[in-house]
Amino acid sequence: MPTVMELYQLLPKTNCKKCGESTCMAFAVALLSRKKNISECTPILEGSFKKQKEKLESLLLPTAGAEETGMIVHPELCTGCGNCVVACPVDVANDPKGAAIGCAPTNDKVIFRVVDGKVIASNIKECRRFGKNRVLCYACIDPCPTGAIEFV
Amino acid sequence: MVTCTGCALLCEDIDAVVENNRIKETRNACRRGAAKFRGCKNRLTPSVNKKQTDVDASIKKAAELLKTAKSPMLFGWSNSTCEAQAKGIQAAKKLNAIIDDTSSFCQGILIEKVLRKKFRTCSLEDIRNQADVLVYWGSDAQDSEPRHLSRFSYFPRGEARQRGYEEDRTAIAIDVRESNTAKICKGHFYRIPLKGDRELILALTDALSGKVPAYDTKRILELANILKKAEFGVIFAGIGLTYSIKDELDILVALTDRLSNFHILPMVGHYNMRGFNENLFKETGFVNRVRFDGKAVHDNKYAIVEALRQKAIDALLVVGSDPLSSLPRSVLPHLAAIPVICIDPCVTLTSKIATVTIPAAVSGVESGGSAVRMDGRVIELSKVVENNYLSDAEILARMMEGA
Repeated sequence: MPTVMELYQLLPKTNCKKCGESTCMAFAVALLSRKKNISECTPILEGSFKKQKEKLESLLLPTAGAEETGMIVHPELCTGCGNCVVACPVDVANDPKGAAIGCAPTNDKVIFRVVDGKVIASNIKECRRFGKNRVLCYACIDPCPTGAIEFV
Repeated sequence: MVTCTGCALLCEDIDAVVENNRIKETRNACRRGAAKFRGCKNRLTPSVNKKQTDVDASIKKAAELLKTAKSPMLFGWSNSTCEAQAKGIQAAKKLNAIIDDTSSFCQGILIEKVLRKKFRTCSLEDIRNQADVLVYWGSDAQDSEPRHLSRFSYFPRGEARQRGYEEDRTAIAIDVRESNTAKICKGHFYRIPLKGDRELILALTDALSGKVPAYDTKRILELANILKKAEFGVIFAGIGLTYSIKDELDILVALTDRLSNFHILPMVGHYNMRGFNENLFKETGFVNRVRFDGKAVHDNKYAIVEALRQKAIDALLVVGSDPLSSLPRSVLPHLAAIPVICIDPCVTLTSKIATVTIPAAVSGVESGGSAVRMDGRVIELSKVVENNYLSDAEILARMMEGA
């Protein structure tokens, strides 16, 4: 996953404010949290920044599939063990007779479910990282030994 | 809901979506289980002397080979249903053959102790509802039985453990490397040197009886304290631990005797290895390495590795196993020199050198039956898709009609 500094290094660093942000650093932060698009930086679209633009696009590629909360599930790393399904506090609260006790989810309110041996996330609006009263929850990242779940 | 035969957990909560008699999607199964439901890439075809034939001809040839052999051996069984295993044991009796399974170089010695009631053990449901201290010793449950931690041991909330892994449970990993299970146990990972299990058990026994342990005093006293305070503890004995102390398993039993609330559960890999051990134990009083010769004789020379090393067998029937890829290289020349009959759903290394190959149905997907979970509970397997492949039990029954 790219860092803000890596993205900033590739931007024009002129603080021209054409994108609407006050500095290029602020634009880099917005880029990483997917609030802004590279095309909103007009100077970088000019010929002299072509290489930097391509590098930026390749750096931001892994974040393209992220959910609204910034969650990315890497299917190639996931073993389908279901630790996240059982550990997620939202799943426990919404499905006390299923996911909470280690069994298969019994309703559609759960966030995580395992399909074809890989975990997929749904009901993302229920996630504790979403909405007004969001908290920095790590319940699904901590029990995953392969690092298949990530937040950007 | 169907049962998964990916590992010895036999998860019964799998949702398989079948379309046009094919499994389109599996839900809740881990990657290992999902792969089992997807089936094999290269399906085995019936053959005799590497020439394609039909199933009847290959079964007939197999029966003939076993009948004419002076000292045949029937091996495999851990990936077969209990019904097929029972047929196999009957066949061994009829043929005066040696019968052995993969537990011979796996958890056999520990399961024998369980069946002889040498130590306390418990069911996986007991663990989910009550266990508070879990020791993964020489076992990487996270990789070998992927749903072990999420379904039964560490993460779920149980009747007496309502706060689950966050507050109510402590997971400890003892291993020679930082496995994926150890990564989950984080602060409670005890790395030991190769074959260091014996020293650790003795040091823990010392610590529990009030003596100062011989090495790493602080960490071992800390571990002993956690074990002592457990209300319901479980040692998940993996193959790492069993291999390391196989000649002196009694020191592990002595350790659990000191801890009044501790149980031992052997971690089994193949889905029905414990089933074979239980079936043979009921029949003969031994769990593996048996020769029928009027009566059942148990000896270490009847283990697959020893029998091949001493060139004591002249025909081998392999059911649902791949000895060519799992046995030591030094004993393999004899495997290539004798007629091998391979019953398997998929092409394996062994099937490539086999004299006779007989394709079988994938149990739990294409044929039903029953199997024994790692804790001894009998679980029914369901037939999910219909096809013409014969189950292991049917193949063995037809083979014995001809023998």
